Amino acid sequence: MRHIISLLMENEAGALSRVAGLFSARGYNIESLTVAPTEDATLSRMTIVTVGSEDVIEQIIKQLNKLVDVVKVLDLTEGSHIERELMLVKVRAAGKEREELKRMADIFRGRIIDVADLSYTIELTGTGTKLDAFLEAIDESVILETVRTGASGIGRGDRILKV
Amino acid sequence: MELTGAEIVTRCLAEEGVEFVFGYPGGAVLNIYDEIFKQNSFKHVLVRHEQAAVHAADAFARASGKVGVALVTSGPGATNAVTGIATAYMDSIPVVILSGQVPTAAIGLDAFQEVDAVGITRPCVKHNFLVKDVRDLAATIKKAFHIAATGRPGPVLVDIPKDVTSHKTEFAYPDSVSMRSYNPVLKGHSGQIKKAAQMLLEAKRPMIYTGGGVVLGNASEQVTELAKLLHYPVTNTLMGLGGYPATDRQFLGMLGMHGTYEANMAMQHCDVLLAVGARFDDRVIGNPAHFAREQRRIVHIDVDPSSISKRVKVDVPIVGDVQQVLDEMLKLLKASKEKPDEAALNTWWTQIELWRSRNCLKYNRDSEIIKPQFVVEKLWEITKGDAIVTSDVGQHQMWAAQFYKFDKPRRWLNSGGLGTMGVGLPYAMGAQLAHPDAAIACITGESSIQMCIQELSTCKQYRLPVKIVNLNNRYMGMVRQWQEFFYGSRYAESYMESLPDFVKLAEAYGHVGMKIEKTADVEAALKEAFSPAMKERLVFMDFITDQTENVFPMVEGGKGLSEMILAEEL
Repeated sequence: MRHIISLLMENEAGALSRVAGLFSARGYNIESLTVAPTEDATLSRMTIVTVGSEDVIEQIIKQLNKLVDVVKVLDLTEGSHIERELMLVKVRAAGKEREELKRMADIFRGRIIDVADLSYTIELTGTGTKLDAFLEAIDESVILETVRTGASGIGRGDRILKV
Repeated sequence: MELTGAEIVTRCLAEEGVEFVFGYPGGAVLNIYDEIFKQNSFKHVLVRHEQAAVHAADAFARASGKVGVALVTSGPGATNAVTGIATAYMDSIPVVILSGQVPTAAIGLDAFQEVDAVGITRPCVKHNFLVKDVRDLAATIKKAFHIAATGRPGPVLVDIPKDVTSHKTEFAYPDSVSMRSYNPVLKGHSGQIKKAAQMLLEAKRPMIYTGGGVVLGNASEQVTELAKLLHYPVTNTLMGLGGYPATDRQFLGMLGMHGTYEANMAMQHCDVLLAVGARFDDRVIGNPAHFAREQRRIVHIDVDPSSISKRVKVDVPIVGDVQQVLDEMLKLLKASKEKPDEAALNTWWTQIELWRSRNCLKYNRDSEIIKPQFVVEKLWEITKGDAIVTSDVGQHQMWAAQFYKFDKPRRWLNSGGLGTMGVGLPYAMGAQLAHPDAAIACITGESSIQMCIQELSTCKQYRLPVKIVNLNNRYMGMVRQWQEFFYGSRYAESYMESLPDFVKLAEAYGHVGMKIEKTADVEAALKEAFSPAMKERLVFMDFITDQTENVFPMVEGGKGLSEMILAEEL
């Protein structure tokens, strides 16, 4: 099953490689991994999307907790949560394609953030599935470039991950 | 007063009460060595290869219960140390390794003797640090000792660039460590402990299985008391030997791939299993699916949550310090009005005695050619079971584990997890320094001993009178055994040709060498080696043993624990 694991860790040099190294050394999957400092600059928050059986996920969480730099670990998928990912798509937009792509962006509540003579860059936020759906909805041949951040997640309501 | 980083290093080690630092100098650590020269709060032991520095520090920790310390230079110093670090990591041994690093300004520029020590060691340390600012040095070393020794212990590396050892700052050694990200759970959950105690009392076919965690957690007294209170059978893992007195009738011997028939059968067929400081690894329970075929309820006590339900699902997990948890459990059991089911227990013991009567460790005692098992048995007799025994890795290691009966913890030092050939001699050095008056025997083989043979020189320099019991069968015995069983006796590269004359070799290093070729001479040789006349001497006993002897019982890789090959079946 797909799980979204959120963790808080000391914002120290090499902290990311400890997590990445753990996943490769123990043969766990990483679908995506995002990391950035939190409002408290001494802490980084990481979101890892992984796939595994319940036993494997249990081990992943225990092994992450065992890392000395890791302060807290939460499996977001265990409760209600919100997941978002940002994607930037550069598409070829010439002639009547421009109108069509603008409409598609609107339908998916995307925004065109760069307009050039022959291209648009569209910014889109949502779950991974929504971003996938957008890419399927537009003509494949117009896609020049895509970049995705990987998922970030947060618990709903009073599910809070904080030190 | 401001001190240099190098002075801070030596002061920190003094503050930690370090007695020995095992190391080897080099460019990046010269400032530290200069400070070592000027101080006398600890002794530096100069090894002949960095691998041995970490092994010796590791053995010092295993034998003494304190944190071992090794000091190596940058680049090859650090890479040579890696095998030692990984060995300590796999067996959860508290060691602090200080490594030199090129100056901070040179890091990343492929400087002379530069390696990314933190990167290279990351997968085989409990934690590691690169100290970039001398102001962080003392606090980092304090943390390193704290992390190494607490929770599930392990090696911690502190990488110190050369310029940091010359920069100056005020020195203040912290009294304590507080880390929001690192707080091992020591007190077990009371509800779980209660449940576990109840489950133990309900057992019809109980079994107590303890590992290295009991030795490391200083809980052998508790294990013994618990087993005695309930009159339940006990088995130890390879790492756990000495956790329960091996000469006691309730002890069924070691379990696992080369465990006894009775221990493996009881493990497989018990209905309630108490696992303490052990991790159900592949060499212990064999195939987990086969193990799971029998219904049993499992209580698992371990300080490391990730060791629980890793290979085997357990019913009552208890995370905590094994000693504390067992103390609490003992209190409950003693206060309980319920007693174990005596009738069921008698039936169970009858079954166990039947298994024991297979006498699975028997071997040909009438052989004129020396049987390796015989040497270990005699060694046990002559040292009155009181020696600290180190071993290397292979057949001799298994015979040592099977035939030397350890009644006390911290007497048996071997590389159980990583299986590092070459540890035996440096382990003996560390053990001898931890216990200067103890008899130290290094049970080894002609292949393993050559992997750190240069340390005979260190033994000479520091007058370490270890006794080397070389079970010389002219083969990498365990490799040969597998080739015989599973590769149609095609002995690919497992024969040690061009062996040195070990007697002359020992003498060349300034030690005593003996060659023993007949069973009849074994006892006399051992007696002489352990006689007062040899009290100050290293004695290298080269026993020419039976080339074809195999270790039994044996559970083939991937097979179930009760699917053993016994000696008489071949």
